[in-house]
Amino acid sequence: MPELNESGTGAAARVALENDQTLACSGAWTVRGIAALPRRIGAAHVPGAAAVAIDGRAITTMDTAGAWRVNRLHQRLEAAGKQVRLQAFRKEHAALIELVADTRREIPAVSPRRKLEAFYTRGVGIFDDMVSFLAFTGETVVSFFRMIWSPRRIRWKVIINEMFEAGYKAMPIVGLLSFLMGVVIAYQGAVQLQLYGASIYVADLLGYSMLRELGPLLTAILVSGRTGSAYTAQIGTMQVTEEVSALRTIGIPPMYILVLPKVIALIIVLPLLSVFADIMAIIGGMVMANLQLGIGFNAFLNRIGEAIDLTTFMIGIGKAPVFAAIIAIVGCYQGFKVRGSAESVGRHTTISVVQAIFLVIVTDALFSILFSMLGI
Amino acid sequence: MGTAKTVEAGQAAGQSERDVVLRLRGVGTVYGSKVIHENIDLDVYRGEVLALVGGSGSGKSTLLREMIMLQLPSSGSISLFGTELVGIRDAEAQSLRQRFGVLFQQGALFSGLTVLENVGVPLQEHTRLDEDTIRELAMMKIVQAGLGPEAAQLYPSELSGGMIKRAALARAMALDPEVLFLDEPTSGLDPVSAGAFDELVLRLKDLMGLTVLMVTHDLDSLWGAADRVAVLGDRTLQGIDTMEALSRSTQPRIREYFEGPRARNAQERTWKEK
Repeated sequence: MPELNESGTGAAARVALENDQTLACSGAWTVRGIAALPRRIGAAHVPGAAAVAIDGRAITTMDTAGAWRVNRLHQRLEAAGKQVRLQAFRKEHAALIELVADTRREIPAVSPRRKLEAFYTRGVGIFDDMVSFLAFTGETVVSFFRMIWSPRRIRWKVIINEMFEAGYKAMPIVGLLSFLMGVVIAYQGAVQLQLYGASIYVADLLGYSMLRELGPLLTAILVSGRTGSAYTAQIGTMQVTEEVSALRTIGIPPMYILVLPKVIALIIVLPLLSVFADIMAIIGGMVMANLQLGIGFNAFLNRIGEAIDLTTFMIGIGKAPVFAAIIAIVGCYQGFKVRGSAESVGRHTTISVVQAIFLVIVTDALFSILFSMLGI
Repeated sequence: MGTAKTVEAGQAAGQSERDVVLRLRGVGTVYGSKVIHENIDLDVYRGEVLALVGGSGSGKSTLLREMIMLQLPSSGSISLFGTELVGIRDAEAQSLRQRFGVLFQQGALFSGLTVLENVGVPLQEHTRLDEDTIRELAMMKIVQAGLGPEAAQLYPSELSGGMIKRAALARAMALDPEVLFLDEPTSGLDPVSAGAFDELVLRLKDLMGLTVLMVTHDLDSLWGAADRVAVLGDRTLQGIDTMEALSRSTQPRIREYFEGPRARNAQERTWKEK
């Protein structure tokens, strides 16, 4: 089958000037072949002639790309004020050229106005986003009270399941990381405090920093990476496969089955995880204090008991439910914003984690300001 | 349509032996202990439209995936343009891939690219053409696939089902392939769009001398667009012939497939049109 090999080999398209007014085309005018043609063939190549013929008898193969190139040559010559004639093209090649002439269109430009619009839409988009996030938060709260009003609607099984997923399964990673945080803080503090002979105050340092601030914050950041992203991905995928729409048409508001169980579960579970993180951090610090400073476990625990009052502990733990609500609501909200494609799921998952961590840290800062104003 | 077929027949008579583009011999597929195909022989001739039909789960799509080198058959041989696909070298496979286009069932457009960019992908990958040329060629393909120019700058998520199929067809046609594989090209389209899509494929086929192999359930496509129909059932090919001949077949497997009320309606419609 000789002709079959043709398109496989790199046969090139050629064009040559014959007797001043004929452009003789030859070779393979195919999508691969035409790359060999000079970039701009046109009137400059046939300066003298008023009438030009494009001769196609030596063209071996042609596809639409080649036909497009012939058509463009034709147009360019005509634009330079020449009479153009196509001659001796094979019937099937002529048909292709005709097809191309019929189907050539300008590429609709993405107009500068549309770019400006995109900029504007983006700006407005950020504002809209904030408004609709607030609306979503409001809807969640209203639905929550409605659900409490008719407790039949509470989906205990889903809530328990979410608690297991977000809480119990997160324990190893939260535990390990807070233990290490405890170790690090105790070690760094020990080096400094030893200089002043105030070694025992390492317990104060650890207790204050971990229990009041870092324990709940660290846990919240871990959980937004681990659970918030999962919420977005789950709801987002359901959105793509129209499962969310299916729920709506069956008459199950997605709020009740997808959002509220997650929010409630996380509000219950995150404080518990924070307590666990506090405990693990103190154990880590205790071990380090023992190894580094030779402080016994008993002495350490006694000192912690004296230094840290219930208020400090409660301030730390009290922030956890707020963080939980932020993480769950942001995760679900971003999930519902997914439109259409797999790519969208990925994008919104990223946004969800970044936003949740951002909001958690900002909220933590606000709490600090509030507490210092209240003088706690 | 009638004229297209007579031209086809004339050409066939003119050649002493028809040019075989795709040849399957003794193809078998086994998943674990489950036998999907056994001993399938099939020839696809240059310039024809061959439809592959069969009930759900009869392995049509698997067979198609084997033909387009996405999957290897467990036994037998498949040769495309005279090149054996079993044990093919990578470089050879790459150059073969540029000679056929595939339209996937869901379109499989890249969701992060506009329609214009989607169609440009094969051109960008396999030719040395400059950016402007690629964009213009892609635009031309989009119009040839029956989309309006305004669709070019849209993203796949902004397209309707019919538009996705057309955009995917434009991408499959980007390199002017010799063979076009269509996986359920009209599934999910309304009857009017489906008919228009069949017509579009036939028109492009006539203009560019394409060979088309399609997997389909659409009885109207079978009557309207296919030159020959291959029926897959019971792990093997039950028959391959023109639709008229198959509809008169006495083979139980074939009769059961073509004898529902829907099949009769489609047949009557075609006869009325003729």
